[in-house]
Amino acid sequence: MDKKLDAGNPQGPIEARWSKFKGDMKLVSPANKRKHTVIVVGTGLAGGSAAASLGEQGYHVKSFCISDSPRRAHSIAAQGGINAAKGYMNDGDSVYRLFYETVKGGDYRSRESNVHRLAEVSRDIIDQSVAAGVPFAREYSGELANRSFGGTQVSRTFYARGQTGQQLLIGAYQAMMRQVDEGTVEMHTFREMLDVVIIDGKARGIIVRNLLTGEIERHVADAVVLATGGYGRVYFLSTNAFNSNCTAAWRAHKRGALFGNPCFTQIHPTCIPQSGDNQSKLSLMSESLRNDGRVWVPKKKEDCAKHPSEIKDEDRDYYLERRYPTFGNLVPRDVASRAAKVVCDEGRGVGESKRAVYLDFRDAIKRVGENTIREKYGNLFDMYHEITNENPYEVPMRIYPAVHYTMGGLWVDYSLMSNIPGLFVLGEANFSDHGANRLGASALMQGLADGYFVIPYTLTNYLGSGKLEKIDTKHAGFEKTEAETKARLDSIVARAKKGGLRTVSEIYRELGATMWEFVGMERTDAGLRTAIAKIRVLRAEFAEGFKLVLPNGTAERNQLLELALRVEDFLELGELMAIDALDRKESCGGHFRAESQSDDGEAKRDDENFSHVSAWEYSGDPSKPVLHKEKLVFEYVHPTTRSYK
Amino acid sequence: MNLTFKMWRQPSANADGNFETFKLGGVSPDMSFLEAMDLLNEDLTKKGVAPIEFESDCREGICGTCSCVINGQAHGPERGAATCQLYMRKFKDGDTLVVEPWRAAAFPVIKDLVVDRSAFDRIIQVGGYTGAKTGPHADANSMLVAKPDADQAMDAAACIGCGACVAACPNSSASLFVSAKITHLAMLPQGHPLRERRVLRMVEQMDQEGFGHCTNIGECQSACPKDIKIDFIAQMRREYVKAVLKYRPEAASGGSG
Repeated sequence: MDKKLDAGNPQGPIEARWSKFKGDMKLVSPANKRKHTVIVVGTGLAGGSAAASLGEQGYHVKSFCISDSPRRAHSIAAQGGINAAKGYMNDGDSVYRLFYETVKGGDYRSRESNVHRLAEVSRDIIDQSVAAGVPFAREYSGELANRSFGGTQVSRTFYARGQTGQQLLIGAYQAMMRQVDEGTVEMHTFREMLDVVIIDGKARGIIVRNLLTGEIERHVADAVVLATGGYGRVYFLSTNAFNSNCTAAWRAHKRGALFGNPCFTQIHPTCIPQSGDNQSKLSLMSESLRNDGRVWVPKKKEDCAKHPSEIKDEDRDYYLERRYPTFGNLVPRDVASRAAKVVCDEGRGVGESKRAVYLDFRDAIKRVGENTIREKYGNLFDMYHEITNENPYEVPMRIYPAVHYTMGGLWVDYSLMSNIPGLFVLGEANFSDHGANRLGASALMQGLADGYFVIPYTLTNYLGSGKLEKIDTKHAGFEKTEAETKARLDSIVARAKKGGLRTVSEIYRELGATMWEFVGMERTDAGLRTAIAKIRVLRAEFAEGFKLVLPNGTAERNQLLELALRVEDFLELGELMAIDALDRKESCGGHFRAESQSDDGEAKRDDENFSHVSAWEYSGDPSKPVLHKEKLVFEYVHPTTRSYK
Repeated sequence: MNLTFKMWRQPSANADGNFETFKLGGVSPDMSFLEAMDLLNEDLTKKGVAPIEFESDCREGICGTCSCVINGQAHGPERGAATCQLYMRKFKDGDTLVVEPWRAAAFPVIKDLVVDRSAFDRIIQVGGYTGAKTGPHADANSMLVAKPDADQAMDAAACIGCGACVAACPNSSASLFVSAKITHLAMLPQGHPLRERRVLRMVEQMDQEGFGHCTNIGECQSACPKDIKIDFIAQMRREYVKAVLKYRPEAASGGSG
């Protein structure tokens, strides 16, 4: 096996692996913990919970976020819920079932050991969150309520109205702020990480830019934890927050961290369709809506322009229920998205753009009444109403898939450490647990599992395993990395001075449109080659110059300068995604290669040739990454054709 | 639509600010207010003018980052919506939009429309948590919570910490924000061990940060994008009075052995 790719997978019975790891791990005594500084970049569910937990253990934690407050992190926008194998509903759930369904839902492209650990600690997350005051929905009995989500036939999703991410994030934020008060966590807001500092092969610090003053700062530590989220904004239009970006992860990649499965992106089936060329982001309508909403389009093209109420039942095609009778409207996201694309490609899409399908609550309102629907989804209905100016209690929602989540990310081992010792990667920023498709309500689970229940152990094991040289920010490694960062900023200033035909945003929008068209829901050999060629042209344009106004250089807050730095990285990552998608000739999960499909249009995996993680190494030239493969071994969940029929 | 923007521009915290007027055409009614701001910044870039600094992130009304006073109203004329949820269909062709930052002594302007809201973090820092440690706990269903209590906790917890309540209040009081957190945690049994300490410390911090007093004007409730109710302020006052009577500081010499 590739030496770089030793995942450190524990052996033995799967249900005992995590306990055994914890039993064997090295410890750091409480008195010594405070001598270790740990940097945590990002304050979402993963970063916030990690900083809180590590601070509470006694480490000296330095936490960084790009916003004015750690509470702004984009985890806050997660709506529907968090999975946990509590089995409260008495409906056949178990840790094993959650493990099994997550491996299957990811189309057999994730690691069994990691996923089992995730399913195990899912239960602890709920206990912890309730203790932290997260106001989950409850039954009249006072017990916690559950609902079901896509890709499963049990109800194991805990929720707080349509604001589950917000409540869990605030829970982690509050726990972290308590540590700020205790003095264990040092909070640095308005800071963007621009590079990681590697000394003697180990991650020992970061270079950040103060977004208010433009100052470049050095921060030294014994380990660096990246929890900087996903890279869905490479598509420009996505459900991600405006400031979400790939820079921290990409800069770590350029310093040697391998990038795992970059082409695995999740296109969420239920988003509000795009309405104009100036749109800046797409809004998600929670997957939980598919519990009560029925997805349909007209059977006949001629009906598409009609008002939905004029289309009789027999003229409606409830295509998910028709194609997947067992799971119906609750098929996993990749399946639902592709099915929507298929009917729209057939010319049966609705709305002005014809790129939308109906999500209809008429029957549910008839069955349980408008009040019950309002109680469950009120805020989502209001949000839809605000954005579209249509009342979803009266007319069906119009929805279309949009980029939502990236399963790919920096490669990590079982300890969530990248191939650079001391560089840990948590949450959406790593590649590890969701394979080629993430099940709904599993992102919150993974973020908190990594931060509350994995990193406190694995980071301690790392720090307890060897002695680190004592260094400070005057070390030559910091000098060099900072100089390179400054040179990069100078180069942006020079290109802005030189000018160009287009603004940064215009180039960025074109990158996004290219990615969506060729590296989106359906990918082909020819399309991916086109994408690569187009991205190279865009990169060349960006390297020449662009319209960007910097009256005081980089020495002040300038949101378009921040954007330029991020777009430069997106332009390189976009190409890597296309290269990875081109290399993976099979279809799996959200990665659908048109050349590899069954007769009825389902994704066709190729386990013989692609049962591996593709981990890409930066070679110095973004167009020539080096591929390493981590073979995936399935001892418990044996790969079969994933069927939801 | 063609619109006129009167924008607050202020180069830095200590510099003087003033309004600058910009014309913007090609605004579609389906655009969000922030997308119109993006368009304006694109237009300025093409004209060689530095962009107007404003904050936004999720652009769907949940992160609480965006913060503009538009035509005198925090988050603009749409009720129950953050700035990012304001759509241009709310305005007419030819309208003038006056756009300012949150104005409050405790929220100093950083640049243009960006203000420093770290005071809110410092208030949470002194008590806005249950105090439960991270890591494993007793089973979540071992402590029942009556649904009405859980619902009320959630109503209060819906606060997004944007600061519109402060911006809208003639006294620049942070009472709605603080009371929402106090109510959220007071409604849950998990919040009870630190109940008195929490309200005393958070209220004290609120005063120290330079926020004004609440005089029951109610502007905060009208401006709140999450419809947080002013009743929570009454709840906070009850909690405060009870805490003053009941609070016993930690014994200094506890825990020997």
